[in-house]
Amino acid sequence: MAASVQRNLKIVETETPADVLGRAKANDLAVRVRGLTRRFGEREVLKDLDLDIAPGEFVALLGASGCGKSTLLRILADLDREMIGEVEVPVRRAVAFQAPRLMPWKKVWRNVVLGLPGRPDGKRALAALQEVGIGHRADEWPKVLSGGEAQRTSLARALVREPDLLLLDEPFAALDALTRIKAQELVGELWQRHGCAILLVTHDVEEAVLLADRVLVMKDGVIAHEERIAMRRPRDVADPAFARIRGDLLDWLGVRHGKHHND
Amino acid sequence: MVWMMSSLHRDPVLNIDRMDAANPKGVSALPLQKITPASATRGSIPRWVRRFCGPVLLVLIWHVASVSGVLPGEVLAGPATVISSAAKLFATGELQQAMWISLRRALSGLAIGGTIGVTLAVVAGLFRLGEDLIDAPMQMLRTVPNVALIPLLIIWFGIGETPKVALIALGTAFPLYLNVYAGIRNVDSTLIEAGRTLGLSRLAMIRHVILPGALPNALVGLRYALGIAWLALVFGEQINATAGIGYLMANAREFFQTDVIVVCLAVYALLGLAVDFTVRTLEKVFLAWRPAFNGT
Repeated sequence: MAASVQRNLKIVETETPADVLGRAKANDLAVRVRGLTRRFGEREVLKDLDLDIAPGEFVALLGASGCGKSTLLRILADLDREMIGEVEVPVRRAVAFQAPRLMPWKKVWRNVVLGLPGRPDGKRALAALQEVGIGHRADEWPKVLSGGEAQRTSLARALVREPDLLLLDEPFAALDALTRIKAQELVGELWQRHGCAILLVTHDVEEAVLLADRVLVMKDGVIAHEERIAMRRPRDVADPAFARIRGDLLDWLGVRHGKHHND
Repeated sequence: MVWMMSSLHRDPVLNIDRMDAANPKGVSALPLQKITPASATRGSIPRWVRRFCGPVLLVLIWHVASVSGVLPGEVLAGPATVISSAAKLFATGELQQAMWISLRRALSGLAIGGTIGVTLAVVAGLFRLGEDLIDAPMQMLRTVPNVALIPLLIIWFGIGETPKVALIALGTAFPLYLNVYAGIRNVDSTLIEAGRTLGLSRLAMIRHVILPGALPNALVGLRYALGIAWLALVFGEQINATAGIGYLMANAREFFQTDVIVVCLAVYALLGLAVDFTVRTLEKVFLAWRPAFNGT
């Protein structure tokens, strides 16, 4: 069993020269997934899934809990190799998890530059922390940070690596409503400044429509629906177009009984 | 809206008559609890004074008991006698010398045992092969009461310093092994994953994630080890010592000098306290990052 999984495993890392040329050529891809299957025992969580993400594209992945969206993200982050299929991701990628996952024994700034080559660079850490608005917390222990500050630190830690692909696993789910709004705005700004591709896993439809170029709805291990969002940024929740897209997506998620009833 | 009509009912849990909120007369019947600020209940006596009071009270009771004759000198010498004989022993230099020798035995035993315990724990904790080879024998051996090894140690090492230090080393290796091993194995797996996404090499992972994560447990192990080091020291010094606190005590026993025995016990206690204080300080310095409960 394990042997057959190993034989089919193939992770190819590609370097996208996104920040050298500004944006990479249109036919280049930041993420390319073909025929991805992941089983947990008998249960197929991902079924022959295909996914492309263009360089610099902001993609949101929606789905009910247990639909496999976090599994997909873990595979793209190279945290799970027990899969079958073809996966290509940029060499430079970073992850921000739902919990900030800071090393509690390292001061905030050391957390930010952990894993970067060379000696810990305080200036670089501070610049990254200032970018997310918490430069004044650089010399604190993680335990004294608020939830929002810890999550910002986690974002700074991801962005300081200048990734071509940023994977966000429900990064705002544990934040209170006000902090979440600010954090979402921050991610929008950071994305426009850095120009990296982002895959945002979330179960918040509004968040997805607010931020993404493209929203994917995952269901039963495949991508069941794709919605391109052409609305101009910054987007307004009160916009009728916004409400319509949101309604459609909720239908696809099976929350509202509407015209799309897929089975 | 029937429930609004009934003005009074019996609360099944609190067993008191309760009025409905709709009834304004019922407001005063609500059972209330007054929550006072912590500063009001904490009292004005500083913490260290309060901590000091217990031991002082104990010595006072002891003193009263021996002065009044309830506690005869040949059973247990009073604090006054103990203090004066401590002063005498100190003046001749016997006490300092004995303390130094005992402390040196304890610390060298701890150093040897600690090195062995921590090294084995790191190997067993980090490598599957190490675990397979080391853990089972360690778990087996740790159940052997190490005091039972004294006869064997005497046969192997004679009756000099070596068996005493070896006994302490044996006693301290196990608690350190167990705690460091458990510490390494219990490092938060989500942090290890985070480390992987940050691109940490195996060595960097050990240095920046696994070992710091195991440190709280390692320090708990150190405290256990120190407790056992002291116990082993007392046992070790009962065998044919020619110097050290144990020797002083054995001598005093020959002459029924309960005051000297109490002095020696007090020295053991003080040395133990001093070492414990050192570990507490280490914890404060190295575990400052930990969001721990500090007690009320």
